[in-house]
Amino acid sequence: MAAGVAAWLPFARAAAIGWMPVANCPMPLAPADKNKRQDELIVLNVSGRRFQTWRTTLERYPDTLLGSTEKEFFFNEDTKEYFFDRDPEVFRCVLNFYRTGKLHYPRYECISAYDDELAFYGILPEIIGDCCYEEYKDRKRENAERLMDDNDSENNQESMPSLSFRQTMWRAFENPHTSTLALVFYYVTGFFIAVSVITNVVETVPCGTVPGSKELPCGERYSVAFFCLDTACVMIFTVEYLLRLFAAPSRYRFVRSVMSIIDVVAIMPYYIGLVMTNNEDVSGAFVTLRVFRVFRIFKFSRHSQGLRILGYTLKSCASELGFLLFSLTMAIIIFATVMFYAEKGSSASKFTSIPASFWYTIVTMTTLGYGDMVPKTIAGKIFGSICSLSGVLVIALPVPVIVSNFSRIYHQNQRADKRRAQKKARLARIRVAKTGSSNAYLHSKRNGLLTEALELMGTPEEEHMGKSTSLIESQHHHLLHCLEKTTNHEFIDEQMFEQNCMESSMQNYPSTRSPSLSSHPGLTTTCCSRRSKKTTHLPNCNLPAARLRSMQELSTIHIQGSEQPSLTTSRSSLNLKADDGLRPNCKTSQITTAIISIPTPPALTPEGESRPPPASPGPNTNIPSIASNVVKVSAL
Amino acid sequence: MGAVMGTFSSLQTKQRRPSKDIAWWYYQYQRDKIEDELEMTMVCHRPEGLEQLEAQTNFTKRELQVLYRGFKNECPSGVVNEETFKQIYAQFFPHGDASMYAHYLFHAFDITQTGSVKFEDFVTALSILLRGTVHEKLRWTFNLYDINKDGYINKEEMMDIVKAIYDMMGKYTYPVLKEDTPRQHVDVFFQKMDKNKDGIVTLDEFLESCQEDDNIMRSLQLFQNVM
Repeated sequence: MAAGVAAWLPFARAAAIGWMPVANCPMPLAPADKNKRQDELIVLNVSGRRFQTWRTTLERYPDTLLGSTEKEFFFNEDTKEYFFDRDPEVFRCVLNFYRTGKLHYPRYECISAYDDELAFYGILPEIIGDCCYEEYKDRKRENAERLMDDNDSENNQESMPSLSFRQTMWRAFENPHTSTLALVFYYVTGFFIAVSVITNVVETVPCGTVPGSKELPCGERYSVAFFCLDTACVMIFTVEYLLRLFAAPSRYRFVRSVMSIIDVVAIMPYYIGLVMTNNEDVSGAFVTLRVFRVFRIFKFSRHSQGLRILGYTLKSCASELGFLLFSLTMAIIIFATVMFYAEKGSSASKFTSIPASFWYTIVTMTTLGYGDMVPKTIAGKIFGSICSLSGVLVIALPVPVIVSNFSRIYHQNQRADKRRAQKKARLARIRVAKTGSSNAYLHSKRNGLLTEALELMGTPEEEHMGKSTSLIESQHHHLLHCLEKTTNHEFIDEQMFEQNCMESSMQNYPSTRSPSLSSHPGLTTTCCSRRSKKTTHLPNCNLPAARLRSMQELSTIHIQGSEQPSLTTSRSSLNLKADDGLRPNCKTSQITTAIISIPTPPALTPEGESRPPPASPGPNTNIPSIASNVVKVSAL
Repeated sequence: MGAVMGTFSSLQTKQRRPSKDIAWWYYQYQRDKIEDELEMTMVCHRPEGLEQLEAQTNFTKRELQVLYRGFKNECPSGVVNEETFKQIYAQFFPHGDASMYAHYLFHAFDITQTGSVKFEDFVTALSILLRGTVHEKLRWTFNLYDINKDGYINKEEMMDIVKAIYDMMGKYTYPVLKEDTPRQHVDVFFQKMDKNKDGIVTLDEFLESCQEDDNIMRSLQLFQNVM
């Protein structure tokens, strides 16, 4: 329950009067307002700046510093105020959180200072409102990256004592500034990449003539030299690749990474060329393979951060580029078709087919205008001019728009992803809050009965149940309890519900029951007392251990006879009678044992069966023994 | 090509393109419309003076102050509409769906049927519920059950109310909620309340039957000390 609506709890409780005539059972008693004091103003002095607020405002969040008794440690007796030696600016946000239920993050505030203050006041940053959540997360991420960078540089400076040889090698490969050898290796590979690329380029330059034959490209003239160069480069690359493969922490991941694929593609043609014979058929394919040698230039991206960023950028705006391409294709097809049909009539037209017109359209729209294909008919010229005019619009205009769109959409996508993640997180938070409050109620039910059991025995043995719920919480739980009484059903959590469903489908209830050992006609029964477990007619049915309700419960039988009005679906056990004797001073708030007398039809004698619950996981191991003292067992 | 680009961009900066004009105008129009609507909804209601409210209800000044603070916190405009009412009420019942019961509650609070509950209505109803006589409380409850406010409760109205109450329980209950549980509940209710068995419950029958039932009498006193 959001604490902001805690002020409306009196209204909700008053509205519960609407259930009263509908209910058939008596209602539980309201929790007593033990320390009923008038709402008072308290003064919070934070580094000299005084804030004032109502006490109840702060008590909305009892698990924070200001909402709990922890603030008493800061109480100054002389000035009758609470003094905190902290930042008053951030305290403003903290106090607004109590007032409005929303925690905001001021942009001007440093993220680590803010986090420190929140930690001091016991507030989890996850509850920051959606308006400021994005900003907060961004700043937090930047801060984390900064810390990581600091850590990395620290780590780099200090000497890592026992790194294996393999790890040192990997670090050397990834970060060439770690050692001189790595730097040397880095420059050497860079040099060889450059050499290889230049070789590929120079290979094709015509290199003067050998007397008696036509001009040859250098590659064929000095083929041996080039071959040696190529071999040297490929050997270096191969050695480098194998070393990286050896040093990689995760070889499988390394093999799949982009850089290693580029490496492989760069050196493969050479080996394939070695393997293949100088066959006429495959030489064409061989030549094609040589094209792949140009991929060696991409190996530079290991050496250049900018190239990597460019590649990543292109990858991420691939969808925008694809759309540009698609719209261009549309325009090209339209104009090519028009031009083809316009020029169909003219003789010796170069526009032999629509795909042939594609070339004309592209050249015209990009305002290149080679002039190898020119329209001759009047219609062709008209459409050709329209084509070139629209080329300006279609191609030239979107490019700057694309560039700016690209950055906008890129950021927008990131924000959309962030928002989606935040929405998931927000829904999860809402769900957690909901289940938290419903679990709180179920938990407090159990705790409430446990405390009653303990009080019954007079031995407050275990203090762990003394988790005091605030007055508001206990009132809220009382309200929910009234609803349970009104409808004669109880709240349970999901797992128990599913178990119930499974069990009910497995069993069938008898319509009559064996007479109990000790049945008293007209015995006091409770129509809607709490049931601890759904006891069945099978005496030895073992209830799942997880189904641990309150221990010292007055268990009931779930009678589903047809002759019985469905309202009184449960009767309490005879233990009530015994219990009443045991509890002479029971507070009237022992609501679970409220008794009304219902004339019981003789056939349905109230039977009770209760036994100590099966060994249950949990800290309350001594409770079963208590229960066995209190409760009488009667066999079915 | 560069020249083309240059002229084009200068064109852009010099004059507003007509398409942008249209869009801009439309946007302004929408904004004005929204502002008008906002003005109408932002009607800020201020309650009558504290003394008057104190005289009209059974609350002390301090209690009224506390109530108003909470009220104003959730509804700064001074009135609650049904949506807000449902949201607030739903926060108290996380298990199930409290919207139907909140709907009936809202109409019980909104005496003048204006669609919004002002602070005076709110406090008047609370005064009856928390500090009123038994008779007044029962009358208020009768009014709640009488959905169409015709002075009689028939089975359909009761069915709706009981169904709304059962909806608040949610799905995970023990024992499992069956389809006809509300109907049986209503049958029992009518058995008890409908004295002359004519299928409707009048105010007198209701008062009489409730006063006979100790449980109900006792539970009506339950929330005396709320505040």
